[in-house]
Amino acid sequence: MTLRTVEMALATPGVDAEGHPTRVPLGVSDGDGYREDLGAEHMLVNIGPQHPATHGVLRLVLELEGETVRRCIPHVGYLHSGFEKLGEYRQYNQIIPLTDRTDYLSPMANNVALALAVEKLMGLELTERCKVLRVIACEMSRIISHLVWLGTTGIDLGAFTPFLWSFQERERIYNLQEAWTGARLTTSLTRVGGLMADVPDGWEAGLREFTQTFPKTLTEVDTMFTRNAIWIGRTQGVGALTAEEAINLSLSGPMLRASGVDYDVRKDRPYLDYETYDFDVPIGEHGDIYDRYRTRMEEMWQSNRILEQALDRLARLKGAPINVSDPRVVLPPKSRAMSDMEAMIFHFKQVMEGVKPPVGEVYLGVENPKGELGYYIVSDGTSKPVRWRIRPPSFINLASLPTMCEGALLSDVIAINASVDIVMGEVDR
Amino acid sequence: MTVPSHSVPALRSEFGSAIGRHFVSSDQTVVFIERDRSHDVLAWLKDVPGQEFNYLTDVTAVDYRDPERPLEVVYQLRSLGRREDLRVKVALDKRGPLELRSVYDLWHGADWLEREVYDMFGVTFVGHPDLRRILMWETYAEGYPLRKDFPLRGHFSRAEQTRQALAANPEAHYSLEELSIADEYAELPKDMQERLGRGERGFLK
Repeated sequence: MTLRTVEMALATPGVDAEGHPTRVPLGVSDGDGYREDLGAEHMLVNIGPQHPATHGVLRLVLELEGETVRRCIPHVGYLHSGFEKLGEYRQYNQIIPLTDRTDYLSPMANNVALALAVEKLMGLELTERCKVLRVIACEMSRIISHLVWLGTTGIDLGAFTPFLWSFQERERIYNLQEAWTGARLTTSLTRVGGLMADVPDGWEAGLREFTQTFPKTLTEVDTMFTRNAIWIGRTQGVGALTAEEAINLSLSGPMLRASGVDYDVRKDRPYLDYETYDFDVPIGEHGDIYDRYRTRMEEMWQSNRILEQALDRLARLKGAPINVSDPRVVLPPKSRAMSDMEAMIFHFKQVMEGVKPPVGEVYLGVENPKGELGYYIVSDGTSKPVRWRIRPPSFINLASLPTMCEGALLSDVIAINASVDIVMGEVDR
Repeated sequence: MTVPSHSVPALRSEFGSAIGRHFVSSDQTVVFIERDRSHDVLAWLKDVPGQEFNYLTDVTAVDYRDPERPLEVVYQLRSLGRREDLRVKVALDKRGPLELRSVYDLWHGADWLEREVYDMFGVTFVGHPDLRRILMWETYAEGYPLRKDFPLRGHFSRAEQTRQALAANPEAHYSLEELSIADEYAELPKDMQERLGRGERGFLK
């Protein structure tokens, strides 16, 4: 036992047999080959899976030459929950709670996407008020998701204050979300053909107040970051991807647009009447972290604009129905189900069997905060899907990490990884 | 609208019998192509003027509840310039080898997507540079989770799954390739070197 301890001590560099530190040589002579060895050795560095800068349980294995990254090997799957498999055993409305838990920083946008996919498969036409409320849900999600990205990326690069500001604003949206759905995270807002509930009385005033005061915070963050020498030094020219590379890597969302590709699902494949809203899509130029930051900042301004317009429309549609009037998909009111034979039968079939789309398949992509979220559903006419595929934007965006990290510095890896804006719940599903 | 995309007749005149049936579902065109010519067809769709499906939205697979029905590998293609989508499917008979040419050389975005299909369905993509499991760990032995013959709770009992999880050795989580980066490999304990030398990775059995 003693012998082993001495051996260990001897094996530790910089410590002599008694355990005292030996002197570290200050200079290296050319003759001893020490410098050669140092230059030739590639170092293996492991980051994560439990590391604050990996934004979840992501593990990166890096091959370093000095401080330069030669290769980056990401490992994912630590949070794999098998949602796609679970979905094959659930009715369509029961899948909605699963979508909350994929991209858990924008649950309402995921709920909307799933409902839209099933409605497209069934050919349902939504009510006006439902569309407006869903647009509000999507844009609120975009703002909170980008705020989390902003705060955590700021912390990764050494700026703590914007984190507090952005989380304060996020808290206000979470309160609105809670007042609407009863939950802060697991919202399960939508149902096929409509919504779980209309907004409560006076809720619009809360959101209106938010849209009026939120720009102040955005301006403050803008003053803090946009012309900040440290921020610019850490982000400009780092992790840059050209438009061709971004397309070839199947990037989507702000990552794609920061590289100068003009594609936004809301503009190019409008859903929920997005074409009738007045908003701009920011496009970057250099495809580096700085442009991704500018793109996301501008998207928050634009989301705020959309929210204001949606609130105006909501006021005009006061009292209008939120659900389609189709007894195949929407539960009849409880009062009718208890008094009317036909309504009772529909109620029973709804609860026992659930929504039954026709045989067919559909792919529906929506512009989520992280990128294009797509749901690909294959139906065989029963109330459970044969296949429910999530096209996960952060998974596909994260796959570009090795390309971006090659040749970057170790400290840049943290910044590049933050700029992808991943949610491991969605990467691993 | 139930008119199929103009790409379908173009494909038929170019590739003839390599193009199978097509149909339109929810206004979206789906076309089946032959397994052996899938790479040629997809490369043609990517590059030829008038098609230019330069963006690979998604690669996935579908296993149907009917065990006789073939497994389908699904490519969601998109032309960013023309703002048009096309869904291309390759049917793979489950009695034969589940093999397909990789499209990594056409779209680098296929890298992780093909790895996921391999991981979840067991489809081998020939020519993929790094075809490993991605969501499950490398020595996962229960099979391919998204196949319909895979039970929801897995093939192994809960006790066996727990035993394997507890026997996991975190140090062995580096692949041999990663360990060869540095001389970490030489510094590992002898028994671990032997295990890794035998090709054992990830979790201990």
